[in-house]
Formats: sequence, C-alpha cells, structure tokens
Amino acid sequence: MTTMEMRKDLFADERDDNLNVVGKGVQRQDMPGHVTARTRFFDDHAFDGMLHLKVVRSPHHHARIRAIDTSAAERAPGVKRVLRGADVPVNKNTLLSLINFGKDDEPSLAVNKVAYKGEPVVAILADSEAQAQAARKLVRIDYDPLPAVFDVEETLKAGAPVVNETYPGNYFEYHERFDHQKLRFGDVERGFAGADIVMEHRYQMSPIEHAPTETNGSIAAPEQNGRYVVHSCAQGLFFALGTTAKIVDVESNQLHFIGGTVGGGFGGKVDSLTEPLAVLGAMLTGRPVRFVLDREEEMLYGSPRGAERIYIKDGLMRDGRIVARHIRSYFDAGAYTRLSSYAAIKCTAHVPGPYWIPNVASDIYVSYTNRCPSTAMRGFGVTAVDFALEVQMDRLAEAANMDPMEFRILNAYRDGDMKPHRRAAKNTALVECVQVAAEKANWPLSEQAKRASSLLGGGAGERSQIPATQLDARGQIGRPDSRNGPVTQVLPAGTTRIAPSKQPVMEGARDGRAAPTQVPRYEPQRPAAPPPPAYQPAPPPYQPPGSYSPAPVHQPASPLPASPPPAAPAQTQHGAVRFSSVFGTRRR
Amino acid sequence: MAKLPLQFRLNGSDRATFVDPASNLLDTLRRGLGDFGPKYGCGQGTCGVCTVLVDGEPQLACLTLAVSCEGRQIETASGMADGPNLHPLQDAFMEHFAAQCGFCTPGMLTAARALLAKNPQPSREEVVEAISGNICRCTGYEPIIAAILAAANAPGARRA
Amino acid sequence: MARHEGRGMASVNYPIGMNLGGDPSQALIHSNPDGKFTVALSAIDLGQGMKQVSRQIAAETLGVPIEDVYVDTADSDTGPHDMGSFASRGTHRMGNAIIVAAREARGVLLEAAAEELEVNAADLVTDGRGNIHVRGAPSRSITVKATAQAAQFKQGKTIAGRGIFLIPLSAVDAETGEMNPNTAFAHACLVADVSVDDETGEVEVLRMTSAYELGRVINPRMVEQQLVGGAWMGISHALYETPEPYYPSPDHGPRDFNEYLMPGPGDIAPYHVTVLERPAPDGPFGGKGPGEMCANPVLPAIANAVYNAVGVRVDELPITPEKILRGIKANGGAKPGPRRGGPVNWR
Repeated sequence: MTTMEMRKDLFADERDDNLNVVGKGVQRQDMPGHVTARTRFFDDHAFDGMLHLKVVRSPHHHARIRAIDTSAAERAPGVKRVLRGADVPVNKNTLLSLINFGKDDEPSLAVNKVAYKGEPVVAILADSEAQAQAARKLVRIDYDPLPAVFDVEETLKAGAPVVNETYPGNYFEYHERFDHQKLRFGDVERGFAGADIVMEHRYQMSPIEHAPTETNGSIAAPEQNGRYVVHSCAQGLFFALGTTAKIVDVESNQLHFIGGTVGGGFGGKVDSLTEPLAVLGAMLTGRPVRFVLDREEEMLYGSPRGAERIYIKDGLMRDGRIVARHIRSYFDAGAYTRLSSYAAIKCTAHVPGPYWIPNVASDIYVSYTNRCPSTAMRGFGVTAVDFALEVQMDRLAEAANMDPMEFRILNAYRDGDMKPHRRAAKNTALVECVQVAAEKANWPLSEQAKRASSLLGGGAGERSQIPATQLDARGQIGRPDSRNGPVTQVLPAGTTRIAPSKQPVMEGARDGRAAPTQVPRYEPQRPAAPPPPAYQPAPPPYQPPGSYSPAPVHQPASPLPASPPPAAPAQTQHGAVRFSSVFGTRRR
Repeated sequence: MAKLPLQFRLNGSDRATFVDPASNLLDTLRRGLGDFGPKYGCGQGTCGVCTVLVDGEPQLACLTLAVSCEGRQIETASGMADGPNLHPLQDAFMEHFAAQCGFCTPGMLTAARALLAKNPQPSREEVVEAISGNICRCTGYEPIIAAILAAANAPGARRA
Repeated sequence: MARHEGRGMASVNYPIGMNLGGDPSQALIHSNPDGKFTVALSAIDLGQGMKQVSRQIAAETLGVPIEDVYVDTADSDTGPHDMGSFASRGTHRMGNAIIVAAREARGVLLEAAAEELEVNAADLVTDGRGNIHVRGAPSRSITVKATAQAAQFKQGKTIAGRGIFLIPLSAVDAETGEMNPNTAFAHACLVADVSVDDETGEVEVLRMTSAYELGRVINPRMVEQQLVGGAWMGISHALYETPEPYYPSPDHGPRDFNEYLMPGPGDIAPYHVTVLERPAPDGPFGGKGPGEMCANPVLPAIANAVYNAVGVRVDELPITPEKILRGIKANGGAKPGPRRGGPVNWR
C-alpha cells in the first residue's frame, strides 16, 4: 500500500498554484500505447533480410592477444561477415570526448589486449542469432594471460598491473596535474584537532546491475542516399549518434537515429554499447543489422553502477556540531573511463552532503580495475556517498548522544550557507523534510527542532564566508610519493578563482523572441532584507531534547547575494564547448 | 534446416507460417507474424515479459516451442482490447498509473488476465502470486497490484 | 531467538541537472492548421515520463488544452539536439527549452488572433480550453483552431517556436574544487521501520515514511510513480542486489534473474510519501526532478534501522543475512537500540 499527500501549506508564498495543467495528475501520453502493447521499442521493428550480430568476448580478466583466427567462423553456415578491431574506422573512443572531457581509451573491438572479462574482440554477423552464436565458438583467439587487479586501492600502488595504457597510473588524470579531484575548504586538520570526538569509518557501495527489462540493443539499416537508420534504446539520442558517427567515421547527417521510447534504463543505456558495431555491420554488408544483448550479457557485461569505497573522517563537538569532515573516495571505473570521471566531479560538488560544516576536504579518485567498465546509474556520484554519509551521521548522532533527527536539523544547511565548492546554498528545504517525515512517522522532535527553518539562521556570520583554506600538491600525476605532501599554500579567506555562474542562456531571452514573457522565475518572497547580521562565531549551542531551553535567537536570513551580471554573449560555436581548460585534457 | 508449417489462432484470427523446428513461440510471434506485444527480456523464462496465453493458460513464449502450438489459441496483450473498448485490466492499469517504461506491461496484463479468468475475485496474495514471475524494474509493483485488484471488482472483468 | 524491530532515518539532497552545465536542450513547436500542436524533441522517455512532462509544460505555456499538444520524440531527423535523459536533467533542462519555444509559438498565435479580432495582441488571453479572448471581454473571442486556420490560409503566418536552454559550462578548480555545479537541489528525509530476525539474519522492511521536496510538481501521479518505484529500488539496493557478492573479488557473480536478487511483488513494504514544493528559481514552473534521488535515502535509512534493531553496523552493501549474523555473533548477541517514536501517523 502506498499513499502520497501534498503539503501545499509549506513554501506556499513561493508558488503560484493557479496553473491550468501543470500540477495536475493527468494521464501520461504514452500510457494508452503501453496498455495496448502498441508502444514500439527499438526491437519492435521488422526488416527484411536482417542480420544478427553477436560478439566474441574475452574469457580472461586481463590478457595480451597473441593471435586471432576467424577463418573457420567465416565459413560457418549463415555467417555473412566477421569484424575485427582493424575493421573499425576509429577504434578508440571515450564517451565524454563529445564534450572534450578525457582521452580516448576504449576500443570497440580489442586489438592487442583485453582488460576485462567479457571485452568484445570479434563480431559475427549471421542470418540468424543461432548461427551467429554457433560461429562464435569457431573463433580461435590465442591469449597470454596477464596479472589482474580488482581492488580500487591496490591498483593505485606502485607495481600494480597497468589496466588501461591510456592512464598508466591506473587513475583518471584531473587537470593534467593530479591523480584525483580535490576539494579544500578551511582547515580540516585544525578542525579535527579542536574537536571533542574524531571518528573515521570505511564504507563500501556494491556495484549494481541496472537490469532494465529491455536489454541494450539497436537495429541499424541502410536508408537511401547513403544514410543509415538506427532504432536505438539510447538514453541520449544525440549522444549515441555522435559516438557512432565518430567511431564509424561518417558525418552526423548520414545517421538517422530513432528512439525515445526505452524499456527502462536507469543510466545503463548511455554508453552506446551496440550502435557503432550495428551501423558498421550495416555499412559493410548493406543489410539491416540487429545487435541485442542477451540477458547474461546484459547482466555480466552491460556496464554496472560502479562500486565505490568511501572513507569519512569527522570532527564532532559534544553539543552535536560537526566542525570538520574529510572524505576520501574511490570510484571503481572498471577497465575504461566511460562516465566515472564525471561522477567524481559530481560527487565532489555533493560533499559534505546537505549540511553546513566549517572545514571540509575531499579527495575523489577514479581507479581502473580489470572489470567490466562501470557507468552512470540513478543517483550517479551521489547514491553511494549518501549511504556512507547518512550511516556516518547516525554514528555521529549516537556519539553526541543526540536524536538522529535533531542532529540532522542542527547541522542542516540553510539558505545562504556557503558550500565547500564556494557557492551559497539557496532554495534549501532539508529542515522541512526532516520535520515532516518526523511528524508522519510519529517521531517526536523538540520544540526547538520543530521551529527550525531553512529560511532562518543560514548565511549568518561565518556560515556565509569562504574561510582561509590550506592547499597542497598531494597526488601529483606519476608521483605516488607525493601523496602525503605538506601544505603548500594558504588561500586567504574569501578567495575565489572560478568566475561566478553564468545565467542560463535561453535563445528566446537573448534575441527577444520570448520577450516580453520570460521563463517563469520563482523567486522566494522574502521580508524586507534585514541589514547583514553581526558576525557570530558559531550557531547557538544545541540543547538536546529533554533539557529544553527557551527558543534560540534565530539569525534573520541574510539578503541573497546580488544577482549575477546579465548573461554574457552565448556560445555560438557549433558543437561542444572546449572543456580543455576545465579538465586539463587536450584533444584534437 | 527444413521449415515446418504451423497454423494457430492468434488473437482470434487464423494465422499460418513456416518455422524452424527449434523456433520458440516468441520469435515466431514477433519476427514471423509481426505481433510485437510479447517482448524479449531474458530468453530463459525468468522475467515474464513474453507471457502469452496458450488455450487460456499463461505461458512464457520464449520457452515454448512454436511447433507445439499447432492448432492452439494464442492470445497476447495486443489482442486484449475489444476494438476500441479496453479490457477492464487495461483501464485499471491506466487508472492506477501501473506502467512507467511499459516494457513489462504486456506480460503483466496477460498474467493478470489469466488470473482473473480463473479467479475473478482474487485476494492480494493471489494477485502477488500470479505476477510473481513477471519482473518490473520501474514501478515497485504496488500500482500493478492495485490495478489488478481494482479490475477484479470492475464490471466485465470476467471477460477472458 | 527473536525478531527485533528497529527504526532508522536518513536525510539527503540531490543536485538537479548535469553538474557542470554545458548540456543544452532544444525544442521545436509548431501548430497544424487546426491549432493542434506538435512538440518535436530528441528527449528520451525511459519510463520516467519525459513525454508527458513535456506535454504539460508545453500546454501550460501555450495556453491550450493538453489534448491539443502531442510530443514527438525522439527522431534525429525532426527533433533538435538534446543531451539526453540522465543526471536528473530532463524536466529541468528540456522543460525550460520547451517554455521558450512555446512562448514564441504563443506569441504568433496571439498575433494571428489579434489580426482576426482587430485588437491588440497584448490584450488577448487564452482560457486553456481552446479559446482566445480579449482580457475582460470573453465574448470577443476566437478559437485556437480558427486562429490557426487564418494564420495558415489567410495571413501566411507560421505558428511555431524554437527554444534552447543551456547552463553554460563551468570550470573546476584543481586545488580547491571550486565550481558552479548545479542550480537546484531537491531534498528528502525517509524513515524506515524494519524487523530483523537474529536467527536467520533476514531483514523485513515493515514500512517507510518519507518527505520529499521536489520543487514544483509538474504531475503528482507521475511523481508518485517515481518515488514509489524508486523506494522499491532503494530496498533492493540495500538488501538484495549485487553482481559481485564478494567484491572486490569478481567471483560468484549472478548471470540472470534467478541469481540476481531483487524484491518481488510479495516483498514490498507499505510506504507513505509527503511531497513539499519549494519551486526552483530557474526550474520550469519551478520544477526540479525526482527521478534519480528517490532510492538514495532508503539505503542508509535501512542500514540505520538494522543497527537500531540489532546493534549491527553493516557498512558494506548489500546488507545480507550473512553480514548481519556475523555482526550479531561478533557483538555476542543482538543489541537492540532505543525505541524511536510511536506508530506512524498514516494508515
């Protein structure tokens, strides 16, 4: 039994609820198709003369390929074509190359070595799936097994087998400088030194299989005028189109991708696992080609949510305030990068969770191991660290002898609080969620906790400030000995180095087409802004429930930061913005 | 391999085709006859998205040899509606928002249809049992269970 | 040997949209000569409801009935570029692009109607039921259909609009991690009640109670779909799923649905959700996007509830009976924690 209710009374002054259809529970456009089985998924298209593509996968976790003999498979009944790495026009790619992030590191078909069990080496196109499967067994590949590494920390040690030659240290390279992405805010060491309790724990998120009921796949077929139609389950249609165009080396207008109706994805259909080889097969045979993973392939080689190992160290005061938090985390990318490099950035921005903590640091690594490359999944970059953070919060509450709900409310971030990535929080609502969940669960809260608000107490005093911050050069690329290096510099309080966020760019807003009506912007209605609050070193000491004291004096919300300047002239260059200055990875 | 002739009734219409002796009913329906209602999810009988009715009994089309269906009545989700009139289960699935991606829906509807044909007033436990072979990765099952229970109480639900 | 009930909670936030920006979405909208609108996109509906969300945002902005809007996605020949459906960016990014496109189309629609009615377009309003009339004078009206016909066959006007939404790419500082990540956060708090069998180590989720703040709810039924389905996935991640049960050892992995465990329809728990709406300043009508975050609080809430029930911290997912039994043994027996609160305030 499930029930949902709407609390329209909360934040009511920030909404106009008199809308015509937005906010109404009207029927889904796709529901009639779903219940009549008329919805068409990628595989629900018939083509005459369709070939079926199956790949031969590595049986080894890590091995050099000495020789490949496909002659027997080529002669097998129904086989129309056998593809090897040399047949793939651009046989090295990384998904985020479309936005110039990272170096090409993954072949479509392995050539010199395999880096994980299940890596595709040879593709077979045959008249039927059964024939393609039978011919798979006739491919002879001579392997020379290599030592493999599976642990995200072991792989970073000197002497570990090199998983991915593009990144010989077995880590993704950030900014051409470091073997991880750093976050530095304040001085965590001083925070730990001054804390009443210091606690460190290790957490391990499991890998997860997306397990969509529809497995990954695509059908590619020649159209007229040298074009190819592709029925795809991709979660990003143009992502898959761009990736395919690059790998098969055709102009993007030679590909006609059709999709948009996908049988579950959860992140597992971002990788373009089948489209490039299906299109290549259609190009080389002139026939429609269907490449669909079977369930075992989907389960074993359909790229999982990557595992993450997370260490959290916290400094806690007896009154329940967290004064320092350091997070060290390792993403298990598997053998190739795919999207893990991006998740580490997202994770960095998420640290330290929805709380205000004066001293925060994190070191997020992307480690290569000899397993199937991992990819995005629902909550990418956040789900695992949320598990770790919230179990840690439970431990901290216990250590402070506080109720876990009260402890969350005490430490919750509020409007105007400075986040460690140096931008002020806005539009927050954690406090209210805790209060409402407590009320519905009949979990008693103190009067003080019930009166707390996301609108009150945030951005006051040091909560709105960027503190003086200790910098270091730990983890320089290729120098494992630099991992425990000293502090190199102290950035003065208030220092920022990245230009403030630009406003969203909307074509209609820029050229006036959308004027005079702008995109609805719902600014919170606030009381007249009070003068900036006087400096206050710390929030009022927390009163645990039971020893209730008179209501604390809430600091009024500080005025919102001034609006950013008008949007700069928008990017007009066609195609991706160059990310090289961001991630320090040159391409092209 | 020599193909074998095969005839059966599909959603009330006589159909004839030729199949490999090893072909399963799922491929025959989808690729041979163009009924894309039953889906491929595992080919191993573990997910239920290919569920069809063979002489009124729910069967997994991926594990059913096509030639074993000679002369049988095959019903799929594609034939559930009576012209423009939806089956009460289809109405209930819509009403309860019991589909998200929609990929498991044809199999779910078919499993539920078999249940209601035999047991017009099932308990929640009987509904759960009837769909326990059908995997849904989106909905958390609750809206599907609620829809089936609601359909059981709707007029016309006993229509097979 | 006994079953112990325990209660745990977790609170989380979630960033909406591709973290660093640089992820454009485009939309094209046009009317046919009968005033029926097509929204052409390359967005992906993988069950989350992208088509319907797009349709509601377009209909709201155009000011026409929902039945008169159809979303056509995704065909790369007709739908303009979009990054895709991931990173909780669909509603936020595409929704804004649709608003821009729909506003332009609406502008032409009102100009065409103004010409027919011989009034100023600025004085016209739509009633959301297919009519355009002079503000304050409903009798001076024309239907959207008649307007579209006049535009096409008499005035030679295209009732169409194009829109793009782009949060420009932001850089990341190598040494401090300074960046301009996302523009909106959604929030949640979830309470899990579990029962743990100290003989078998099995965990049963008895019920869950949550509150989610999601910005403007575009469609409450679809929000419910996401939150309920996501909570199921959270239980599954917490207690059942792993392709590598002895990670980092790659051995003993499941190959199919017989071996890869997930809760079935008989393993689900009663669940109550309360939804709060604090509109995102730059979200479409203030919308954020619930799709990704809705499993996240479940994992730690269950882990914390297990600890509350038997005193065992399981810090490696999934929380299997084996890990719980090993923990109980190491502790010299189940160590239930303090009871928290009373029976839930919902049916």
